[in-house]
Amino acid sequence: MREIRFREALREAIAEEMERDDAVFLMGEEVGRYQGAYKVTEGLFERFGERRVIDAPIAENGFAGIGIGAAMVGLRPIIEFMTFNFSAVAFDQIISNAAKVRQMSGGQFTCPIVFRGPNGSARQVGSQHSQSFESFYAHVPGLKVVAPAFASDAKGLLKAAIRDDNPVCFLESETLYGIKGDVPDPASGDHLVEIGKAHVPHAGTDVTIVSWSRITHVALQAIAELAKEGISAELVDLRSLRPLDEETIVNSVRKTHRVVVAHEGWPYGGVGAEIVDRIQRLAFDDLDAPVLRISGMDVPMPYNAKLEQHCLPQVPAIVEACKRVLYVH
Amino acid sequence: MTRKKAVAEATPSRPAPPHAEPEGESEAAAHLLELYRQMQTIRRIEEECARSYAQGKIGGFLHLYIGQESVGVGALAALRPDDYVIGTYRDHGLAIAKGMPPRAVMAELYGKVTGCSRGLGGSMHLFDVAHGMLGGYGIVGGHIPLAAGTAFASKYRGDGRVTLCFFGEGSVSIGSFHEALSLAALWKLPCVFICENNEYSMGTPLQRTMSVEDVSQKALAYGMARDRFFARDVLEVEHRIREAVDRARETSEPTLVEVRTYRFRGHSMSDPGKYRTSEEIEAQKKHDPLNRARDQLKTMGKSEDELAKLDAAIEEVVRDAIEHAETSPEPGPEILEETTYSGPFAR
Ligand SMILES: Cc1ncc(C[n+]2csc(CCOP(=O)(O)OP(=O)(O)O)c2C)c(N)n1
Repeated sequence: MREIRFREALREAIAEEMERDDAVFLMGEEVGRYQGAYKVTEGLFERFGERRVIDAPIAENGFAGIGIGAAMVGLRPIIEFMTFNFSAVAFDQIISNAAKVRQMSGGQFTCPIVFRGPNGSARQVGSQHSQSFESFYAHVPGLKVVAPAFASDAKGLLKAAIRDDNPVCFLESETLYGIKGDVPDPASGDHLVEIGKAHVPHAGTDVTIVSWSRITHVALQAIAELAKEGISAELVDLRSLRPLDEETIVNSVRKTHRVVVAHEGWPYGGVGAEIVDRIQRLAFDDLDAPVLRISGMDVPMPYNAKLEQHCLPQVPAIVEACKRVLYVH
Repeated sequence: MTRKKAVAEATPSRPAPPHAEPEGESEAAAHLLELYRQMQTIRRIEEECARSYAQGKIGGFLHLYIGQESVGVGALAALRPDDYVIGTYRDHGLAIAKGMPPRAVMAELYGKVTGCSRGLGGSMHLFDVAHGMLGGYGIVGGHIPLAAGTAFASKYRGDGRVTLCFFGEGSVSIGSFHEALSLAALWKLPCVFICENNEYSMGTPLQRTMSVEDVSQKALAYGMARDRFFARDVLEVEHRIREAVDRARETSEPTLVEVRTYRFRGHSMSDPGKYRTSEEIEAQKKHDPLNRARDQLKTMGKSEDELAKLDAAIEEVVRDAIEHAETSPEPGPEILEETTYSGPFAR
């Protein structure tokens, strides 16, 4: 084990998979000579050259489509969106081509491609640059969606996503790129994390918090606050949103009987709503209180720093929701 | 060929380059006969499609290629078998010209599991990995970046394949067309972009969708080679497309080709056709590429008897395709999950 940053973990994953398989290439805006808008891809251009690390013009629809076409005939592209906000311009390619080609060809063509980049809020970048896309993509059969919170999962999941034969939307977070975490040494073998498996970074007995990506870290702070008041909260960090690990969620509900789902995206029809539906269907008799959701506020993200924080899920809101499902005030 | 020369050569008609001409008169006649066979098969299959559609045996949208057969057949004659073809929902002709069995095409239209896409794609989505048919797509222009992508893969791997991408002139207004051409020119991808200008985008004539009349001009902005010609003579189509295919294969340079054609039927089966007159259609039918090919074949010495025999053989292929489609089983719901994800279903 050694401590590396989230962005370095991603970079290691890309480099190791490119080393392992010549069919893997990286394409996106500023990924090569510029070293990546968020320095995730630093050094890869020098290491792998312009054949495999390809600087694309600002044409998300075009280069996402090029990736999909290349994947259909056997390459394994990694398409970087500078941020997922710009994936909206390529939305048609992702949902109408990548997600559909396998089924509409009767299973003849597969599309092994990774769309990756930062998702959700950054800091004061305004409404157009702060959107969470997981509910849009997780909605679509044919796609997989992952959103790791820790460096180790970032590496293991990205490697698994590159090897997956399906299109995978790999959601990162600008606010997580700098965080450090323990990641197994490459010398100790391939570090892969299976897509579709949640984990429990913090065990507890009184209430379950379900979250992913950046909000997992907010939830950990909330858990520390709750502990001060003698409340033992368990954290389920989903890591994958499609497929969703029902088993880990339900096991935790069986233990604590109370759940709060916390995420950054909007509430209406969000991934949180999907999780609440699964819990009420699969573990209704184990619940001692209605499941609560803490989400981003149902408005476009404002620029003003205080208002932005107001719109995002914060520690006190998660603490408060946990107390509500425990009926303690 | 230099880019300048190619750009300048968007001329109406010119003699075929010698290497494209099959040697000897009988060989030339045999070659044209084969192209005629393909065109006539497509025409007859589609006429029967229209009938089956009217009988409710084919559902959804049905876009016929009738009138445009010389484009797909001529263009695909310039390809190697392992080259890629990708197109729009108007894809029956491309599928058959690419060598897909009429049985598999007809069964797909009937939604049968023996169809080329196992009954999951339908008329608009004919796929065949073994024949390099990368499918028909329903979002106008959405497949053009995919063509640049398969060409990218060919260049990346150095496999020498060329991708032929077909679309209507309606695609020229949408962003994905421009992004794909811009990137294909920038990265010199071995792709030929073939705009089948059939004068109408559904009911809207070209002059109401574009500020210029010459679609091939769009290549100029990308510094891409271009060509423009009529599709009345299937051999002319083959020769002209072969130039672009050679350019793609030999120098990895893309070309935008505008092929001027006309569809004799409606946009789809639900088209009331009020945007054009029957006189206009009748005038266009005088240029039917099938009649042209038939006349040429007779000039080349093929007897009426020989042609009638071929037509009869085609009738048998068509009859067999329909029978196969009608008697084939439908796919069951168990097929749905396995074709949505590779591996276990992600829920
Ligand atoms: C993005 C998009 N917008 C609208 C449509 C509906 N539509 C289907 S075909 C068509 C006309 C296209 O005409 P053209 O590109 O000239 O091709 P043709 O049908 O003549 O072969 C339209 C508007 C669509 N399929 N996709």
